[in-house]
Amino acid sequence: MSETRDRIGDTLLAVENVSLAFGGVRALSEVSFEIREHEILAIIGPNGAGKSSMLNVINGFYHPQDGAITYKGNKRKQMRPHHAAATGIARTFQNIALFKGMSTLDNIMTGRLLKMHRNFLWQALYWGPALREEMEHREAAERIIDFLEIQSIRKTPVGRLPYGLQKRVELGRALAAEPDLLLLDEPMAGMNVEEKEDMCRFILDVSDEFGTTIALIEHDMGVVMDISDRVIVLDYGRKIADGTPDEVRGNPAVIDAYLGVSH
Amino acid sequence: MLYREAGQFKTDYAADQAIFPILQDRIFLGLFLLLALVAVPLLANEYWLSTILIPFLVFSLAAIGLNLLTGYCGQLSLGTGGFMACGAFFAFKLATAFPDLHIAVVFLLAGVGTAGVGILFGIPSLRIKGFYLAVATLAAQFFLVWVFNKFPWWVNYSSSGVISAPAREIVPGFFITGTQASPVTKYVFLLVFVAILALVAKNLVRGKMGRSWMAIRDMDIAAEIVGIRPLHAKLSAFAISSFFIGIAGALWAFIYTGSVEALAFQIDRSFQVLFMIIIGGLGSILGSFLGAAFIVLLPIFLNNTMLAVDPSISTAIVSHIEFMIFGALIILFLIVEPHGLARLWQITKEKLRLWPFPY
Amino acid sequence: MTAPRAFLPWLIAVPVAIGSIGLLFQLLGGLVPSFFFAWGYYFEVLIAGLLQGVMYSLVALGFVLIFKASSIFNFAQGSMALFAALTMVGFMEMGVWWPFAFIISAGVMVLVAVVIERVVLRPLVNQDHIILFMATIGIFYILDGLGQMLWGSDVKVLDIGIPRDPMFALGAIFEGGILINQYDFVAALTGGVLVAVLAVFFQYTRTGRALRAVADDHQAALSVGIPLKTIWVIVWSVAGIVALVAGIIWGGKAGVQFSLALIALKALPVLILGGFTSIPGAIIGGLIIGAGEQVAEVFLGHFVGGAIQDWFAYMLALVFLVFRPQGLFGERIIERV
Repeated sequence: MSETRDRIGDTLLAVENVSLAFGGVRALSEVSFEIREHEILAIIGPNGAGKSSMLNVINGFYHPQDGAITYKGNKRKQMRPHHAAATGIARTFQNIALFKGMSTLDNIMTGRLLKMHRNFLWQALYWGPALREEMEHREAAERIIDFLEIQSIRKTPVGRLPYGLQKRVELGRALAAEPDLLLLDEPMAGMNVEEKEDMCRFILDVSDEFGTTIALIEHDMGVVMDISDRVIVLDYGRKIADGTPDEVRGNPAVIDAYLGVSH
Repeated sequence: MLYREAGQFKTDYAADQAIFPILQDRIFLGLFLLLALVAVPLLANEYWLSTILIPFLVFSLAAIGLNLLTGYCGQLSLGTGGFMACGAFFAFKLATAFPDLHIAVVFLLAGVGTAGVGILFGIPSLRIKGFYLAVATLAAQFFLVWVFNKFPWWVNYSSSGVISAPAREIVPGFFITGTQASPVTKYVFLLVFVAILALVAKNLVRGKMGRSWMAIRDMDIAAEIVGIRPLHAKLSAFAISSFFIGIAGALWAFIYTGSVEALAFQIDRSFQVLFMIIIGGLGSILGSFLGAAFIVLLPIFLNNTMLAVDPSISTAIVSHIEFMIFGALIILFLIVEPHGLARLWQITKEKLRLWPFPY
Repeated sequence: MTAPRAFLPWLIAVPVAIGSIGLLFQLLGGLVPSFFFAWGYYFEVLIAGLLQGVMYSLVALGFVLIFKASSIFNFAQGSMALFAALTMVGFMEMGVWWPFAFIISAGVMVLVAVVIERVVLRPLVNQDHIILFMATIGIFYILDGLGQMLWGSDVKVLDIGIPRDPMFALGAIFEGGILINQYDFVAALTGGVLVAVLAVFFQYTRTGRALRAVADDHQAALSVGIPLKTIWVIVWSVAGIVALVAGIIWGGKAGVQFSLALIALKALPVLILGGFTSIPGAIIGGLIIGAGEQVAEVFLGHFVGGAIQDWFAYMLALVFLVFRPQGLFGERIIERV
C-alpha cells in the first residue's frame, strides 16, 4: 500500500460546494473535496447521508443546483452520463445494474463500446477492419476476464449468475472501459467474508496494476480502513471529516455521527 | 453422426465468435442451404412456392426487422404495417419513375427511404418508453396507411388505388416481378436476398451496434453510464429495423402479391409480424424465421384440418377459429416459453450434445 | 420535478386552442367568401365531438382501472366492449328483455374476468409488463374470434329504447340554436353517472380501499392481507362491465360490429393525454380527443383529402408526448439509481 501512496499525484477531480436537493429534501449541502490521481478514496457515512447521490453527481446522473466539479482541469456544472463515460469515468452500482439478457462476455464488451469506431457498414459486413477491431477488443475483454478469474462463466447469461459473481462482472464491465476514475458504490454489500476478501484484492490490484483512481462507498469499516488511502465522511448531506483512515477514526464528529449522539 | 463438439479446438477468438462455432452446425446449415437452393426449386410445385415459401421469406425479413427493434432494442412497435407500406410505395414510385434502375437497387433504396421515416417516428422514443411508445407507433401505422391511401400520386393516379409491380429482371432473362416471372425465379431470388440481409442483421446484432441495443433494452440507465448515447442507439435501431421492414414491404408488393393497395398494410399486419417474433423468439434472428414459418403455415394447416373434419364449414367460422387459436397460442407461448421457438431449438441442441446422457 | 398543478396551463391551453381554431376560421370565412363558417355550426361540431369523446372516455376508463390495479396495459379493452355488446345483442335477439340481457351480459363479463385471471394473469404473475401487454393482445384476438363465432359477424342493431330525436339547444345564443342528438346526450349522461358510481366505489367501499392499496404497491398490499387474486378478478369484472356499457352506447349509435374494437383503440391516445393512472385524466383526455378530432376533421380535413380522423388522435397524442410525456394528470416518473 505504501507503494501506492508514493504514486499519489495531483488532483484529478475536485468537487466544490456542491448542493443537491430533490423537491424540498436536501441530499447534499455545500460538499467540497477532491480526488487525487491514483488514490483510493472511501466515502462513508450513515444511511441516507448522501453518498450515492454524490457519486451520481460526479458521473452526471444528477445535476446539482449549486457548485461545480473540476475534472481533469475542466470545470463543469453538469454533464450527461454518457459524456462522463467518454471522459473516462466508470462506475458500478449499489443494486447491480448489469444487462441481464446478455452473457458475461457481452457485458464486458459493452464496457469497450466507446473504444470501437468502425461504422455500421463495416459492422454489417463483420469482416476486415470491423472483424479486426472486434478481435482486438475481445482480447482486451479476455484480459479482464482473466484478471477477475471469471473464465468459466464467459458465455453464461449474467441473469443466471449468483450475486457475488454478478458484482464481479459489473466491476469487469467498468474496468473494460479502462477508466481514469472508477466509482464503486458498495462493491462488497451483501457478500460473505471470502467474497469480500476477493473483491478487496481485485480493488487493490486494479489500483496497483492499472493505476486507476478509485472512489468507493462502503459500509464495512474494516475494509475501508484497510484499503483506502483517504476517507471522507458525509452525514446529513454535509462533509464532516476528511483525512487518512487513522485521522478519521479518531475524529469525534464521526464517532458522534455513527453512534447517533446529538448533532 | 453424433452432435458433439468434443475435439473441436478453437485457436483464435474469431473462430469462437463465429455464428456457428460447432462443426456439425456448419455442415447442417450447408446441407440445408443446398437443399433450399437446389432441391426445393426442382421438386416444389407452384402452390408450395407461391403460397408458402415466398410469403415465408418475405415475412421472415419483416420479422427480422421488427425483432431488431423490439427483441434487441426493447422498443415495442405496433407500426410494422405502416412501415411495410412505406417500402412498397417507395419502391413503386422509384421503379416507375426510374425504369432503368436495377430492381435490387430499388428494393434497397425503398428500405433506405423507410429508414428515414422510421427515424422520424422514432424520435418520441427518446422521451417515452414501453406502452407509451407502443401507442406512439400506432400513430405511424394509421398515418402512413392514410397517406398512401389518400393521395393518388403514390399510385400514379390509377383509379383503383392499387399498385401493380412493373416487370423487372434480376439478371437478363430472369424476371422476378410482373406476370412473366416464374415462382421458381422469384423464390431463388428471395432466398438469396433474404439470406444476405439476415446475415447482415446477424452481424449487426453480434457487434457494437447490437450490444448497444441490448444494453438499452436491458437497462437504459446503466447503458448510458457505460457511455451509450440513448439517442443514437434508439434511433439507429428504428432506422435499421425500418430498413428491413421497408424492404419486406417492397418484396411483399412486388414479388409476393404483385399488386397491392395501402389497406393491405393495416394494423393486423403489424400484429401478424409481432406474433411471429413472440412465437419465434424475441431477440433471435433464427427465431424470426421460425416464427414466420409458424404463422404462415398455421392458417393453412388449420384450414385444411377444419375442412377435412367438416367440409361444409364456412370460411367466416374458420377465420374466427383461426383468430382464437392465434390468441391462445400467443398466451400459451408467453406462459410456457417467453423466448419462443428459438429457445426450444436451443434447448434441443443442448440436450443433443449430451445425448444419450441426461446431464 | 414539476409542481403538482402544472397540468393547469394545459387544461386552459387546450380549450383556448380549440376556440382559436374557431376564430381562425371566422377570419378565413371573412376573407374568402366561398368559405362557410358560422359559430353555431362550429359549436355543433364541437359538441358532437365532445359526445363522441365520452365514448373514448368510457373505454379509457376501463383501461385505467386495470392499469391502476395491476399495471397491465390491457390492449383488449376495446374487444371486451365488442364482445360484451355482441353478447347483449345475442340475448336480446333471443327475446330477452334488455335489462335482463344486460344483467346476463354483465355476468358473462365477470366470468370472462375470472377466466382471464385464472388462465392468463396467474401464470404470468411477476413477468415483465411487456409480456403481460402482449398477452392482452392474445386476449384481444380470442375475444374477437369468440364473439364473432358465437354471435356472427354481421352488423347488428342494438336498441334499448334511448330516444334518437334531434333537439335544439341554446337558441338564445345562436341563431336557430344548436342541433344535438338526444341519443348522444343520454349517452353522455350515462357516462357521467358511471364515473360517479365508480368514484364512490373507489373512495368509500372496503373493496375500493383495497384496490387503491394494490394500485400503490402490490407487495405491501399482499403483506397486509389483501387477496391480490380476488382484487384482480374484481377489477377485470368492473372493467368488463364498463366495457359493456361502452359497447351498448356505442353499438346503439353505430351498430355492433367488428370495427368497434378498432375504434376503441382510440382510447389509447386518450390515455396518453390523460395519463395511464388517472380517472379524471381519462375523461378529460377523451373529451379533448373527441372534440379535437371532430373539429379537425370538419374544418381542416378537406384541405388534405379528408378521413384525418383515422390518425388525428394518434398524432395529437404523439406531439403531446414529446412535450409532456407523463400526460395531463400522470405522475412524473423520477428515476433513481
